[in-house]
Amino acid sequence: MNKLASEITKTAADVRTRIQKKGKPTLSFPLRALSNVTYHPRKGFFELRGKKKTRTLTVATVKTFAQTLRMMSTAKGLVEGDEIMTKREAYYVSKNWDDARFDEQPESDTVIDDIEALFEVNREQLGFIPEEKGGEIAGKLVVIDRESDSGKPLRIDCTKFGSGAYSIPISVEHLKFETKAKFILAIETAGMFQRLVKHGYWRTADCILVSMGGVPTRACRRFIRRLADELKLPVYAFVDCDPYGMFNIYRTLKVGSGNAAHINRYFCVPTATFLGVTPQDIIDYKLPTHPLKDVDIKRAKDALKNDPFVKHHQPWQKAVTQLLDMGVRAEQQAFAVHDLNYVINDYLPQKLAATKRFLP
Amino acid sequence: MAKKSKKDTVAKKKTGRRAAKKPAAVKKPKKTTGAKAAKKVKKAKVSSVAGRASRVARKDTVGRSSEGRATRDERRQPPRPATAEDMAKRQREISVAEFFTKNRHLLGFDNPRKALLTTIKEGVDNSLDACEEAGIPPEIKVIIAPGTSEERFRVTIEDNGPGIVKAQIPRIFAKLLYGSKFHRLKMSRGQQGIGISAAGMYGQLTTGKPIVITSKTSRGKPAHHYELEIDTQKNEPRILTDAVVEWPVERGTKVEIELEAKYQKGRQSVEEYLEQTAIANPHVALQLVTPEGEVKDYARATEQLPVETREIKPHPYGVELGALIKMLHDTKATTLQSFLHTDFSRVSMRVAKQICEQAKLYERARPSRIARQEADNLFQAINQTKIMNPPTDCLSPIGEELIVAGLRKQIDADFYTAVTRLPAVYRGNPFQIEAGLAYGGSLPGDGLARVLRYANRVPLLYQQSACAITRSVLTIAWRNYALQQSAGALPSGPLVIMVHMASVWVPFTSESKEAVAHYPEIIKEIKLALQECGRRLSVFLRRKRKAAESERKKGYIQKYIPHIAIALREMLKLSETQERTLVTQLTDVLERSRS
Repeated sequence: MNKLASEITKTAADVRTRIQKKGKPTLSFPLRALSNVTYHPRKGFFELRGKKKTRTLTVATVKTFAQTLRMMSTAKGLVEGDEIMTKREAYYVSKNWDDARFDEQPESDTVIDDIEALFEVNREQLGFIPEEKGGEIAGKLVVIDRESDSGKPLRIDCTKFGSGAYSIPISVEHLKFETKAKFILAIETAGMFQRLVKHGYWRTADCILVSMGGVPTRACRRFIRRLADELKLPVYAFVDCDPYGMFNIYRTLKVGSGNAAHINRYFCVPTATFLGVTPQDIIDYKLPTHPLKDVDIKRAKDALKNDPFVKHHQPWQKAVTQLLDMGVRAEQQAFAVHDLNYVINDYLPQKLAATKRFLP
Repeated sequence: MAKKSKKDTVAKKKTGRRAAKKPAAVKKPKKTTGAKAAKKVKKAKVSSVAGRASRVARKDTVGRSSEGRATRDERRQPPRPATAEDMAKRQREISVAEFFTKNRHLLGFDNPRKALLTTIKEGVDNSLDACEEAGIPPEIKVIIAPGTSEERFRVTIEDNGPGIVKAQIPRIFAKLLYGSKFHRLKMSRGQQGIGISAAGMYGQLTTGKPIVITSKTSRGKPAHHYELEIDTQKNEPRILTDAVVEWPVERGTKVEIELEAKYQKGRQSVEEYLEQTAIANPHVALQLVTPEGEVKDYARATEQLPVETREIKPHPYGVELGALIKMLHDTKATTLQSFLHTDFSRVSMRVAKQICEQAKLYERARPSRIARQEADNLFQAINQTKIMNPPTDCLSPIGEELIVAGLRKQIDADFYTAVTRLPAVYRGNPFQIEAGLAYGGSLPGDGLARVLRYANRVPLLYQQSACAITRSVLTIAWRNYALQQSAGALPSGPLVIMVHMASVWVPFTSESKEAVAHYPEIIKEIKLALQECGRRLSVFLRRKRKAAESERKKGYIQKYIPHIAIALREMLKLSETQERTLVTQLTDVLERSRS
């Protein structure tokens, strides 16, 4: 029996003992919110501060309690049988549970997140996998995977996808890598990624291109993290110049999120730095802009006030303040105003010439 | 007032007695009620005297200045100013009966539907008063039978009361303002002595049929049978038939009136009146026979008769100047001081002396010689002197127990409560407020609460919005008592609110006795009574809601506990017996912690 399964068994046994002693059983979870994380500059990621919420079995909580235990039992089955289940499938499995079934998937997702936090593992380790796509890779990288039936090693050369790209699988732990690239460029939009792939930018710049497609998934973050750790490559993020690009995408990539704080240590890329687009770039490159939306302003102010990451890094405070003062935002595709390939020929080379000046 | 009325009616002089009677009846609705009454006028024209009647009626409405023209040549002659002698010819007495034929809406005969209800109400009220005064548990039978035409009904009210002595029958039933209750301060249903004779008069005016009375005072005595008409001019009874008949009852009175009426069910119907009467008078057995022949019984809930009330002397604070002057004239006392002491309640010799001093009057003055100016001083002095509140043993409340019994009898609800307040005083008149609530059961839950208003045990069905009782109900914040209530509205939900005002003199807003006047003392008492009821209701409601909630929780627990056990069995590889044990233990743990 593996370690995780025995941990689940131990928790279940605790609950039973408590019931047998005529007490109310409890389960305690770390509180998963930005208010319960600290930023460790040395470790480089958000870490839980230890606030816990205890779910005691009472009349009011009996339904969730029952659902949590049944989901734990399902997870134990998955771990022991080396099986996987998407969150959607887990939701359908619950339909067997009569009154304890979930009505909507968000309810079952929350319970899965709770269990994940309870055992301080990621849900993939419990056998629950997300539906979402993991992101795409192109460039000077060889991924060594296994054939699903025979288990024989399978070499995937990411330069050989032509105008397409390699899809990051949902679970990346078993992968091995070989590369001669000098850095990893994580790109927010699929459109920019396409332009760079089309013009073989990875060849000219000697790099690995990653399309994050918005906020990077856990698999994508884990994949980049493993590349960064094992190949010792620097990671540069290239996102829109707006609070969403800066905090929801870049900050999550670098230090993790509040909601997944219990697993951030695996799912963040502390070495990542911010290539652009910076507020200063808008001025330097005379980029066309849009006014900041109310939600952007709110998010930026919130980041200044509450985000432990921003509060720790003075350059970021300056950048956010500058952005708020300018009152505008710019997208990474805005460089097309000068020339379609201006970003390849001018912007990226100029920025990469001074990586020390990237925002932390 | 009296002088002016004489002038108004002068035209009748020439038209003869019979005509003078008819047109008044026909004309009245035209002047006072709306389109509905106008229709009725048309109907009335069909009768034999209709043509003449309506012509005379028109003359009646003509004002004083054009009167000469109306009686002489109608076109050419310019109006000649009347001389004092002309006027003197027309000035004559107006009988009370005539006054009321013109103003019958004041007595509750505004439309055929209400006329039926008022007739029954007056008959039943009289029967109840008589039975109670004689200490007989009332049994009253009301029969509404179809009359000689579609708009006519024959109403019979029969009781098991003490009966009426032969000599009094004609005057009680065919003379307005004749009765035993007007001159005394005593809690009773009837007050003025108008009711039943007005009903008889209404019947007579609309159908031409006399009022028929049968009464028997004891087993050994004969039953007297009368057919009576009111001479509306003289306000005197006219006896059409006077016979002795066989009536196989021990004693009692039966009144039969044929009248133009409309029989309807629903709100403000005879049924509603009888139902509400049954609630406030649980000692009464009522039976109704509808025109369709349906028999409805309102059974008795208690044999216990209301405590017979005591008559009291007026309290000085409640007396008006005119009444005071009249009392000064009529008293048998020989000095002012003894007059105050003997003719009023709560005036001791010492207080009487104080009043005299305050009024700067000689206490040994002869009351009848106190001039008007002095009476005025006396009146003011009375109101400046502190006098103890009137005695309150003259009131006979229904009592909390019997209110609940009455509500329980007629209304199917889950919760009943009642409050009887201690007596209080408004303007020198003692009164007592009682309130009751019935909630839940088969009461309709979606509408507004139903308010049952009573004055001296008589249900008030009309003019709800003008009544102090309604006002009080509306100004209570029912939300404090776990009920729903929109701003400015009655509370909503399956609720019946009952309020009873008992008093030696209920201050009605009109002679038809439909609404209680807004005295602050009365409103305050009503609110206090209702608030106490509300508190009890809220305790009940909260307890009920809590019980429902805990029942719901119990179900909730039983629903999900098995899943906890299943999960634990799966994870810990338990046996089914162990699983069952867990369910029992868990249920135990949660049941204990419930609430």
